[in-house]
Order: sequence, then structure tokens, then C-alpha cells
Amino acid sequence: MHSVIAIVDYGMGNLRSVAKALEHVAQPGQQVVVTSDAAVINAAERIVFPGQGAARDCMLQLETLGLTDILKQTAAEKPFLGICMGMQVLLTHTEENQGVDCLNLFSGEVRIFTAEKNRVAMQGLKIPHMGWNNVAQTQPHPLWQGISDNSRFYFVHSYYADPEQAEIVAGKTRYGIEFVSVIAQGNVFATQFHPEKSAHDGLQLLSNFTQWDGSSQAHLT
Amino acid sequence: MPLAKRIIPCLDVDNGRVVKGVQFVDIRDAGDPVEVARRYDKEGADELTFLDITASSDNRDTIIHVVEHVADEVFIPLTVGGGIRSVADVRIMLNAGADKVAINTAAVFNPELVRETAHKVGSQCIVVAIDARQVSREGEVLKWEIFTHGGRKSTGLDAIAWAQKMVDYGAGEILLTSMDRDGTKTGFDIPLTRAIADAVSVPVIASGGVGNLDHLAAGVLEGGADAVLAASIFHFGEYSVQQAKQKMAEYGIEVRL
Repeated sequence: MHSVIAIVDYGMGNLRSVAKALEHVAQPGQQVVVTSDAAVINAAERIVFPGQGAARDCMLQLETLGLTDILKQTAAEKPFLGICMGMQVLLTHTEENQGVDCLNLFSGEVRIFTAEKNRVAMQGLKIPHMGWNNVAQTQPHPLWQGISDNSRFYFVHSYYADPEQAEIVAGKTRYGIEFVSVIAQGNVFATQFHPEKSAHDGLQLLSNFTQWDGSSQAHLT
Repeated sequence: MPLAKRIIPCLDVDNGRVVKGVQFVDIRDAGDPVEVARRYDKEGADELTFLDITASSDNRDTIIHVVEHVADEVFIPLTVGGGIRSVADVRIMLNAGADKVAINTAAVFNPELVRETAHKVGSQCIVVAIDARQVSREGEVLKWEIFTHGGRKSTGLDAIAWAQKMVDYGAGEILLTSMDRDGTKTGFDIPLTRAIADAVSVPVIASGGVGNLDHLAAGVLEGGADAVLAASIFHFGEYSVQQAKQKMAEYGIEVRL
């Protein structure tokens, strides 16, 4: 019997890299499936929710494919990993595309780096924030196992998540301003960076995910 | 700033094989793109760029298989350029596993292609490659123009204005090559790099002319580049990517070590 890691495919960006990276670290008996089928997602043991592109298109695609409810449900029940846009749309709302309502799993807003309030801090910095930046681990978590604090991960984005609850912040990164690069609560872990493109440390995080039971307790070893 | 400056080895691929000689001591087949990519990844390359120089259009599919094989095993960002002429070409490369696609000549002849592809796949996937040459004479105000056909044909387009236009059209990054310096090993064209880096809001990759590790540092410190691309200094085993990073760190540049 295979236990399935379902990568949610909603037509936003290429999921091949995510799939290949997960296959690279999958445990014996685990099967990586790229799918837009709610039944497959529902039956899966673990969910990976990636995404790139425009927020409005993302939300539209999720609704068109009838995936919003199943995503909210699985995010409450199973080990769930959001990546990049798949992190941002977990919040309440985004400033992107003149404002778009998102899944609202976590209260908060997705903001643009170039907002007026960031003007001084962002002066002279290129957008998108593209490349390898440090992630400060702000709370212990099973998915950080084997990854040093302040390790570098690969980012590419122009908007950042700004959650209301400080206790769900699991990682922070500085680019002009300090922003939340990882959120974690219960069985959800979501990263602004791309673990599938972050070489050894990214693969370590994905490997940790394949073995994670969905609790946020860090195992002390 | 903690964001690291990137070092990007560039591989020329002809008919599915890495050309211009890649020489590593512990590599069995220096022409195998997967093996070369794996090696650069191990040395700590921040990204890889593949430039397809296959002349015959019959053999263009080979680059797709190269990208697929590399993307299956090497988990760092991959950019593919050369012969990209349509939205369909871009999609094929992204689906094969490329993270970014570099559009060069096609953008000159059809700038709308940049707008269209950026709209369809997102600016973060679109790199516009610019080949520039100095056209001002000594004593005149510096001026560079866009050249095509390996730097032989002038387009009359001002390089700075062109870079800005491409960013307006949706380019997420500029890959800037000085055709005056390419292959000379005398270092980047620093004034050109600085002029473009200061003129656009997106990251700029400096390319063309790297002959030693100090040149890489100069591209960042004097040229203001966000990333530096080099081919021959890494291929011929003169320097490893790791050595390049150490040298840049000695200069006080933030790198991923």
C-alpha cells in the first residue's frame, strides 16, 4: 500500500521540480502524485501546495477546479506544506492584483515590498527579491531538523506574508525590511522560499516533511 | 544585506552535449550536461544557465531532454536560453524543468514576446538577455547599443533605454553581456554594468570577459551586479565555484558559502 504525497496542481506554474525533489527524498512506500483531483487529494497522506504566478489567477483556478474547500479541510487534518504562492494564499487577503481575497486559514495580509511604508528600507533594492537569503528559525519545529539556523534558501517573490498572529511565525528573513518567510501552525508548514530549488537544505526540509507526523512538537534528539 | 550575490556558471550546449571543453579532474565525461551540472551544484553554484547553441533546428529538442535530465537531479534554479522565439518555446522549457527562460534576439525583433510571456508565465520566469557593445568613441559620453548575431550586427537601440523598456514589458531579470569583453578575459565592462544596474529595478547578471576571480568581485562591487555569470574560468578547471565564492567573501561580498 502506497502512502501518497499529493502535489496540488491548479495550473499555476510548473510542478515538475517540486515532484522530482520530493521523489528524491521520499521514504520507501511513498508515492508522489501531481493532481487536481479532489478525491486524490482527500485520500492522500500528505499535501504539498505549491504555486507561482498572479494571486488573482491562483484563487480563480482553485475555485474553478473546486479545490478551495478540500484545501481548507486537508490543511486542518494532514501534514500540509505550502510553498511560495502556496503560502501567501493561506492568508486572508493579498494586495496583489488590486486586492484579492484568499483562503483565510490564517488572519493576515500579503503585502508588496515596494509599499510606501517600506520606501526608505527598500531603497536601492531590486524587486523581485531573487536569490539565496537567510532564514532565522523563530521557533523549533520538526521540519527544521538537521537544518542550521540562518541557513540560506532560494527566494523569488515581490510580495510577502504579514500574518496577524506572531505565534504562527516559524521563520524570518531580512530584505530591506524583516518579513515572515515561514509560518507554522498545527499540521501546516508554509515557506515563502522554494525548498525544491534550495539545494541540500531544501531537500533536508522536504525529507523532514515526508517523515513528519503533522504535530508541531520538535523532537528533541 | 543578507541576500547573497549569486555565482552562475554558464554551459554552452550543442546537440545535447556541453561544448567548449569542461575539464574536471574527477569527472568521467565532461560533455555530459547532467554530470557537469551535478559537479557545479556540489561546488556550490547558486544557479546554472544553459545556452543552447545547436545550429540545426532539427536537433533543438535535444536541449529539452538536457533540461529534463538536469532538473531531475540538480535542485538549484536553472535558466535556459538560445533559440527561444515564442510563448510555446518558453512553456516547453519551463515544463521540462527550467525555472527561467532567457530571451535574447527574439526580444529585439519582437518586444511584445516579452510582454506576452511575462503575462502568461510571470516575470520571475523571464530573463531578457542583452548583448551590448560600446559605440561611443574615446572622449565622448559613454554609450552602448544592442547587437545581434553574436555581436556583429548593430540594431541602433540604446542599451540603457532597451533594458528599461524590457523591464517595463515584464522582464524579471536582465542578463547583460558585453560583446566587447566576451572571450577577452579582461574583466566585465564595469561602466556598462553599472549603467544598466542603476537604470533598472530588477536584478542584473553581469556577463562577458571574466578572466579571474577579482573580475567577479568587481562586477558586484564596482558594477553593482546582483549576480555574475562566467563560463571558461570554471570549465577549464582554473577555478572552482567554491574558490570564487571565497574570493568574493574576502572582498566583503555576501555569498552563500
